[in-house]
Amino acid sequence: MLLASELGTLFRRVRTIAMLGALALVPILIAVAVKVTTAGDSGRGPAFLDQITQNGLFVAFTALVVSIPLFLPMTVGVVAGDTIAGEASHGTLRYLLVAPSGRLRLLAVKYAGAAAFCLAATSVVVVSGVIVGALLFPVRDVTLLSGDTIGPGDFAIRCVLLAGYVVLSLLGLSAIGLFISTLTSVPVGAMAATIVLSAVSQILDNLPQLEAIQPYLFSHLWLGFGDLLRQPISWDSYGQNALLQLGYVTVFGGAAVWRFLTKDVLS
Amino acid sequence: MPQLAIETHGLTKRFGAQLAVDGLDLAVPAGTVFGFLGPNGSGKTTTIRMLLGLASSTDGEIRMLEEAMPSAIESVLPRVGALVEGPAFYPFLSGRANLLRLDAADRRSPLGTRRARVDAALERVGLTAAARKRAHAYSLGMKQRLGLANALLAPRDLLILDEPTNGLDPQGTREVRAIIRSVADEGATVFVSSHLLSEIEQLCSHVAVMSRGRLVAQGTLQELRAQSIRRLVVLSPDPDAARRVLAGLGLAPSVRVCPDGGAELTAELPDPTMLAENATRALVEAGVRVRGIAVAGETLEERFVALTGEGFDVAG
Repeated sequence: MLLASELGTLFRRVRTIAMLGALALVPILIAVAVKVTTAGDSGRGPAFLDQITQNGLFVAFTALVVSIPLFLPMTVGVVAGDTIAGEASHGTLRYLLVAPSGRLRLLAVKYAGAAAFCLAATSVVVVSGVIVGALLFPVRDVTLLSGDTIGPGDFAIRCVLLAGYVVLSLLGLSAIGLFISTLTSVPVGAMAATIVLSAVSQILDNLPQLEAIQPYLFSHLWLGFGDLLRQPISWDSYGQNALLQLGYVTVFGGAAVWRFLTKDVLS
Repeated sequence: MPQLAIETHGLTKRFGAQLAVDGLDLAVPAGTVFGFLGPNGSGKTTTIRMLLGLASSTDGEIRMLEEAMPSAIESVLPRVGALVEGPAFYPFLSGRANLLRLDAADRRSPLGTRRARVDAALERVGLTAAARKRAHAYSLGMKQRLGLANALLAPRDLLILDEPTNGLDPQGTREVRAIIRSVADEGATVFVSSHLLSEIEQLCSHVAVMSRGRLVAQGTLQELRAQSIRRLVVLSPDPDAARRVLAGLGLAPSVRVCPDGGAELTAELPDPTMLAENATRALVEAGVRVRGIAVAGETLEERFVALTGEGFDVAG
């Protein structure tokens, strides 16, 4: 099965393992840094950071929040940008197509591979964060934004929901990367373009003059997961984000299909 | 009319203003080893890309294994093994893992026999010992063999091999030829492109010659040899008299004076029934002294140079 082969190739690759390893270091670095400087001048640093000392469960949460703007889009950009362009640059694209893989099927498998990487990358941050948080800090009941208190087990479920939200957030970017990847046989170019677009989208999202277009930026709801930390959970932002990402997947996935089905493979 | 394994009509590919392939009418009979010959840049690889559905044609039709391409690509290509513009692999995977992946890309290839087929293909090209090495560490010759193994992963009705002996040492070249012959003996059609005439002469029964995007000749090697022009060569110390006699026979000899005072007269023989002995008798009857007389056939190489207007690299 081509999908199994794709996943095997992707996750056995040293580059993929190195990126996942680097992501696993994010919560570890945060936890160690907080532990070492635990003198406790609260009020500084990103949100949630000072809460870590009271509850190790916040390590995973904080690490995810810290990874969303840069680390996750960067690694996803590498994988999504490499999908087609990487095969083209190895010359293996022509052999896959001659096998024959079918162009639509290959594109679908490649996108599924990129989506699997989004899931793996997010999971690595959460799992690594939960483990290191539990090792270095006390684990207690968690007070939510709504003031309610839930137990560690319930909070673990929230973390899974949050990870799902982040994976969802990255699907649009993956589709953009896939499309760019069909335009070139230089994978580094496609990777860089994808990563730059994720930065541009986030910058535009912060310019007040562009308020009119901001709801349509694919990164607009990347940090909009506060609803998952209320009791009861409000699914509005989940739904909005799903709709937004679906739009990007449809438009850029469609563009990738159109481009790839008609493309002359000359590399 | 024999069955055709590959058939194109007016196949054309245009890149911007440039015509890479111009109105190609290929007819590759089933069961033959067919040479696709032409200088570098004459449109061979572009043609192969169109045959395999990698590139679209600007115009014209393709039929492969009795089906229209590229519309029947999903049913035709599993029966076709191909080596296109050099072998290509994932450098970070072993030779064996590369073949497993490429085999998995074909939806119709049976999973149950995958490992056995991959091992058999590796064995056939002599790569069993290096199967677990990363492709990154393979020499060019080993990559070429691995590419060939990929083309032989399943029983094929047609092999399309683009320059299969590129980068191989003489021993490797011989082995590749042996593999191609064994595939042909099993009944498959083999379509081999090359810019090396010697390669094609040793392997093929049929040949098509490309030049600047056009097909300039097609047929059996024998037919091409028969088309070649025959020349009468006369060595004589009396060039003027000899030329008059030959002109009297309707020939138009060119004269080259040799350093020893004699001359070499060369004339094309337009009529294959006109025999050299007629010329000999006429020369003798006219009292022309003759040192030597011969009929020289054009070599196949000269024929191809004449057809393509370009030299071939004939160092096999």
